[in-house]
Amino acid sequence: MSTKTKQFNEIIKAEAKNLNFYYGDFHALKGLDFKVSEKKVTALIGPSGCGKTTFLRCFNRMHDLYPNNRYEGEILMYPDEINIVGDNIDPIEVRMRISMVFQKPNPFPKTIYENVAYGLRVRGIRGKDIIDERVEKSLRGAALWDEVKDRLHEHAFNMSGGQQQRLCIARALATDPEILLFDEPTSALDPIATSKVEELIVELKKVLTILIVTHNMQQAARISDYTAFMYVGELVEFGDTDTIFTAPTQKLTEEYITGRFG
Amino acid sequence: MKKKIFSKRYIIETMIEGSLMLSAVFSIFITLGIIFVLCYESLEFFKEIPIKDFLTGTVWTPLFANPQFGILPLVAGTLLTTAVAVSVALPIGLITAIYLSEYAPHKFRETVKPILELLEAVPTVVYGYFALLFLTPLLQKVFENLSGFNALSPGLIMGIMIVPYVGSVSEDALKAVPMHIREGSYAMGATKLQTAFKVLIPSAFSGIAAAFIMGISRAIGETMIVAIAAGMMPNFTANPMEPIQTLTSYIVQVSLGDLPHGTIEYKTIFAAGIVLFIMTLSFNIIGFWLKKRIREAY
Repeated sequence: MSTKTKQFNEIIKAEAKNLNFYYGDFHALKGLDFKVSEKKVTALIGPSGCGKTTFLRCFNRMHDLYPNNRYEGEILMYPDEINIVGDNIDPIEVRMRISMVFQKPNPFPKTIYENVAYGLRVRGIRGKDIIDERVEKSLRGAALWDEVKDRLHEHAFNMSGGQQQRLCIARALATDPEILLFDEPTSALDPIATSKVEELIVELKKVLTILIVTHNMQQAARISDYTAFMYVGELVEFGDTDTIFTAPTQKLTEEYITGRFG
Repeated sequence: MKKKIFSKRYIIETMIEGSLMLSAVFSIFITLGIIFVLCYESLEFFKEIPIKDFLTGTVWTPLFANPQFGILPLVAGTLLTTAVAVSVALPIGLITAIYLSEYAPHKFRETVKPILELLEAVPTVVYGYFALLFLTPLLQKVFENLSGFNALSPGLIMGIMIVPYVGSVSEDALKAVPMHIREGSYAMGATKLQTAFKVLIPSAFSGIAAAFIMGISRAIGETMIVAIAAGMMPNFTANPMEPIQTLTSYIVQVSLGDLPHGTIEYKTIFAAGIVLFIMTLSFNIIGFWLKKRIREAY
């Protein structure tokens, strides 16, 4: 792997060190070393099956939901330097701090208000005033407040796809995560909804660290500060987004971003 | 090409097709026939007994010298045993479903679910005697005022009988909730229990409700257990300690006797039958409608 970044003078929020991941016998991630800068957007790109989503899902231990999955190595989260894929770390503790927005909008069968309040209720937060305030703040944070403030108690399924996805972002924001993971968050959305979500991601990096998997290279170029190119479970190249898209050092990266495969 | 209408193959094909169609519509005709007889005979009954007295009367003594035809004691008995059964079957069935769908290891689930479904193959007469000869004496040690025949014991046993059904159908509904909904909940830091109760049950609501309603419908229609263990005594009460009679067990009782056709006593069977039929049919329709809605949720 080649690395050419200005990361050395930034605060590192998380760091993968020789991370390996196995689906049963299948070796899906091969010795990844990778740094995530705080309050920046880091994009993971690569052809289908390259392991970018697998890698993303390591960050909030989604793989623990299925049997026979195994992590090796570490992903350290700073400042407290816990190994979030360590056997001794409770996945729920990790998910309390690192939240995720999925490819397909997945609101719960509840009202808009209750969807956003979900994470708070799960954490045992009671008190209508606190929850009201956090719901409003999160919906504002997800640029959804003005559209839904008069119908907070309507069912979330009545919203459009783009609104549902921003609702899922609001839901993730409500609990003040340190890192927010996005797994191709716009692949199910139309261009207008997509640009809203993209603007939102750029806005959100002021307050938190973002990791995003995307199939759309223009999207990575538009919104990310750093880009990692992955191929068959390995990290091929990592660097400033500008550098990766204008002067990649690896031939594979160049072929991929110029559309010769993928 | 000219069609050879009288070829041997054509005749055989037509005959096969016809007999297949006949077997398909056979059961429908039988059902329609039953409904027709039920309606016809009960209309005869209501010619003699005003429907208002039938539906509001609180004494059911059609076989006495001075007969009274108030259906309410039988309806009360049916609802009472059903309520006892449902209060056992719904919680246990739902907990079973949650355990099997969300907690149990794959292998355990694949082993236990067929066994659970096998429980439905136990003849109800066995359950009936189990209620009468085992559960009632056991309960009498706790509740001293419990009659030898009562609504409680057969109700509980009926509940246990329905658990596999409610559990199995609810489990199917929970399993049908797409994985990305579960992942959404886990990603928020929820535990399994929180995910099950706050997200999965609401998501699978129509399926679980269908399971509940079909379960209730089976409890209403259950005959053997209550006929054996509940006491055959029409009793307008809400006290499960007392002997009662359900619509179904009344029908059994009268059918076993040798009442002459055409008498008013004979026609009571059909009057009770149509009440029972309307009760179970309406629950089944609601259940069917809810079940159809499962797939529309996502």
